[in-house]
Amino acid sequence: MIIDMESRKNNIKEGLDNIVTINACKLCTPLGACIAFKGIQGCMTILHGSQGCATYIRRYLISHYREPIDIASSSFDENAAIFGGGANLVKSISNVRRQYNPEVLAIATSCLSETIGDDIEMIVKGIESEEKIPIIPVSTASYRGTHREGFYAALLASVKSLAEKKDESSHINIISGMLSPEDIRYLKAIAGEFSDFVLLPDYSETLDSGSWGEYEKIAEGGTAIEDIRSMGSAAGTIELGGSCGLVSTAGKYLEEKFEVPLKNISLPVGLRGSDLLINSLSKLSGKEIPESIKKERLRLLDAYADAHKYLFGVKAIVYGEEDLAVALSSFLSELGISIVLCASGSNTGSFKEEVEKSIIDFDESVTHIAEGVDFEKIDEIAAELEAEIVIGNSKGYKLASKFGIPLIRTGFPIHDRFGGQRIQHVGYKGAMMLLDNIVNAVLETQQKNSSVIYNYM
Amino acid sequence: MIEILKERKNQVFEKGKSAYDIGCEQSSAAGSVSQRACVFCGSRVVLYPIADAVHIVHGPVGCAAYTWDIRGSMSSGPELHRLSFSTDLKEKDVIFGGEKKLYNSLLYLIERYSPNAVFVYSTCIIGIIGDDVEAVCRRVSKENGIPVLPVHSEGFRGTKKDGYRSACEVLLKLTGTGDVSDVRKNSINILGEFNLAGEAWIIRKYYKDMGIQVTATLTGDGRINDIRKAHGASLNVVQCSGSMTYLAQMMEREFGIPYIRVSYFGMEDVARALYDVARHFNDEDILEKARKIVTDNMTLLLPELKKYKEKLQGKKAAIYVGGAFKAFSLIKILRYLGIDVVLAGSQTGNKDDYELLREMCDEGTIIVDDSNPLELSKYVQEKKADLIIGGVKERPIAYKLGIGFCDHNHERKIPLAGFEGMLNFTKEIYRSVMSPVWRFMPGR
Repeated sequence: MIIDMESRKNNIKEGLDNIVTINACKLCTPLGACIAFKGIQGCMTILHGSQGCATYIRRYLISHYREPIDIASSSFDENAAIFGGGANLVKSISNVRRQYNPEVLAIATSCLSETIGDDIEMIVKGIESEEKIPIIPVSTASYRGTHREGFYAALLASVKSLAEKKDESSHINIISGMLSPEDIRYLKAIAGEFSDFVLLPDYSETLDSGSWGEYEKIAEGGTAIEDIRSMGSAAGTIELGGSCGLVSTAGKYLEEKFEVPLKNISLPVGLRGSDLLINSLSKLSGKEIPESIKKERLRLLDAYADAHKYLFGVKAIVYGEEDLAVALSSFLSELGISIVLCASGSNTGSFKEEVEKSIIDFDESVTHIAEGVDFEKIDEIAAELEAEIVIGNSKGYKLASKFGIPLIRTGFPIHDRFGGQRIQHVGYKGAMMLLDNIVNAVLETQQKNSSVIYNYM
Repeated sequence: MIEILKERKNQVFEKGKSAYDIGCEQSSAAGSVSQRACVFCGSRVVLYPIADAVHIVHGPVGCAAYTWDIRGSMSSGPELHRLSFSTDLKEKDVIFGGEKKLYNSLLYLIERYSPNAVFVYSTCIIGIIGDDVEAVCRRVSKENGIPVLPVHSEGFRGTKKDGYRSACEVLLKLTGTGDVSDVRKNSINILGEFNLAGEAWIIRKYYKDMGIQVTATLTGDGRINDIRKAHGASLNVVQCSGSMTYLAQMMEREFGIPYIRVSYFGMEDVARALYDVARHFNDEDILEKARKIVTDNMTLLLPELKKYKEKLQGKKAAIYVGGAFKAFSLIKILRYLGIDVVLAGSQTGNKDDYELLREMCDEGTIIVDDSNPLELSKYVQEKKADLIIGGVKERPIAYKLGIGFCDHNHERKIPLAGFEGMLNFTKEIYRSVMSPVWRFMPGR
């Protein structure tokens, strides 16, 4: 079993045998599910595992959203680990119902409950007493996928548990990806311009709510259960993201089971991403694009023109969940930014293809694409890239500070800045805000590095 | 209406209202949104600050990701503790076992970082899939000539406190293995001080000024070689007693080193700590130096505190912290500042702790073990608190209700220990409570 050190190092370098993960560029599966379930009205989540799973995830989410995040745990002890966690789960369901009075319960598994083979559906079926409320079970073993997969799995589980075929309806389903509450608010406003719609998951209020007079056991807001039920009868679904490596998604399920036509698009970041969203909405609703949106688009184009000279050829490193990394790459390439490295911590096998598909091809628009990497590996690849800007979540700060270049914070988590829940990425307006940030970061660097104190840049 | 869960009714008391027989040191009620983490968390926080060791978490990626750079434990030298290492087990590893991956990971990390030791934390599923972590560690240790120590921290094997215990057992294995020829007679170990925002350095300076050598700090700014010779010291001075009294007891049994429990929060407790240590050595010179430190600091501190004290009179605070010992110090500090404590609770207190809490608290104070957001918010509102003192998970509860909050946990960037810490903490409370923003909140 002795392994030649050089060959192992080469293996690591080649990404062939990632034996140890150093500073992971991903989180575990149940975390994603917990975010998604926050987007369902009256929903309380129970993590079926040890107490730590719920607490660590709560703490991680609280540091980003700055909101109370109540997630219950079935609190495994040694007996539960040996004899099964059924009794603990039943008890936790009853306690959560008593204290939180939820309209719906989501139960996400952990690596522990998955490994010992607890069958959530069987356990839940056995609960006879009390008035029934819908229960959404989802399998989120953390050794399978990343938080992104957990997020989409939770959405799939939600429509599987709740969606029905009723009378045909003209409304549109929008199934959102791992976006910010601000993004969701924007999507809702835009969709409302075209049609009646159901957006899942809507955590625009629950993860970014106002000041409370009294403690809200379950924060107000979220996609109503009735609305999720109606998703089976919609005129069509627009699903954002989830294109990399997912066998099934909520959108695909609705199409296969209820024949709701699906339009899957990438996260609508940048001009073309936003165009695709707006055009899809217009087409599905049969409505013209409103003047206000057209104006917003032209304003973005104007900003593209104003900004192009500052950005052409600027070398950027982008990382994050696959969907966001793909969408950001598309946007950055529109601006003429050279993506010297586009990286993701998850490993679905289709990332490279998706990035290549999404970018505008100009001179050296993208050089390295890496999936299944950690920050250590990103750091290693970055060493020779002479990047000028980093775009991604807070966890790349170390990388950015090592090279002395700015980090444009996007996505999740934002742990070292204020207002992560209010960063807008999507739509023409989101692109405009990102653009302002990127240009200003480039200008600030130039200004700082110049021996002349410039007042005009 | 917020109802207290049936299983938790004996863990919540209002002083003076009912007979006092608090339930504690038990598993969290299933379905209660406990603020506690798990066994792994307990072990991880205790060993975390040892800066020249590799800390590798054996399991799927989550446990390592959530504890990456999680504590503000500072190091004066190496910073290996601020990296996150995970075997990042995948489905095939769960099926076929993770031993080989662990072995390869260890070899790579040892060659790459040349650590002085390695801690291997077992997470939940390691206990289930049956990896022989002990054997892998033994082998790697033998092949590389450094301690490679398995930490039994499977999340479900008890509470956070059991995790402390596992960490202490691992530390005990290190003690007694180093050369103590440079350890002086007047030497102590500092236990349960984690050097958040450089607090251990403040404390160490006091002892240095008293002419006392600190052999090892466990574990703030910790070094393996210091821990290996910790048995050479003649006294263990234990702070954060919940996490490290167990190690002190075992060291007493093994090496005959007595221990005392202290706290460095609040001027009363710092002064007492320095005097208690001085008295142990029964040396007039040390005692005199301690007196001088206390007097010099107090002379500077008291006039500074006066201004804040006046403003803070009659404010109300809720305390919810990990270990009960910290709550005792906080109550004393708040009382000095004229602030009433309306709730005091901890995640891991024991019977004795809660008895002492009861004695210290005023009538009507809520005393609570292993609480949750609903209970905390209920009592904070009922008792009209102006301030919650706790950790990150309590922060949004306070802010949502329009109440001030002070972080007395991992993330603090300002030292709160020692005399300077007393001033910092007072300023922190002042800034939190006096901010005009609360005047606009609907909850107030």
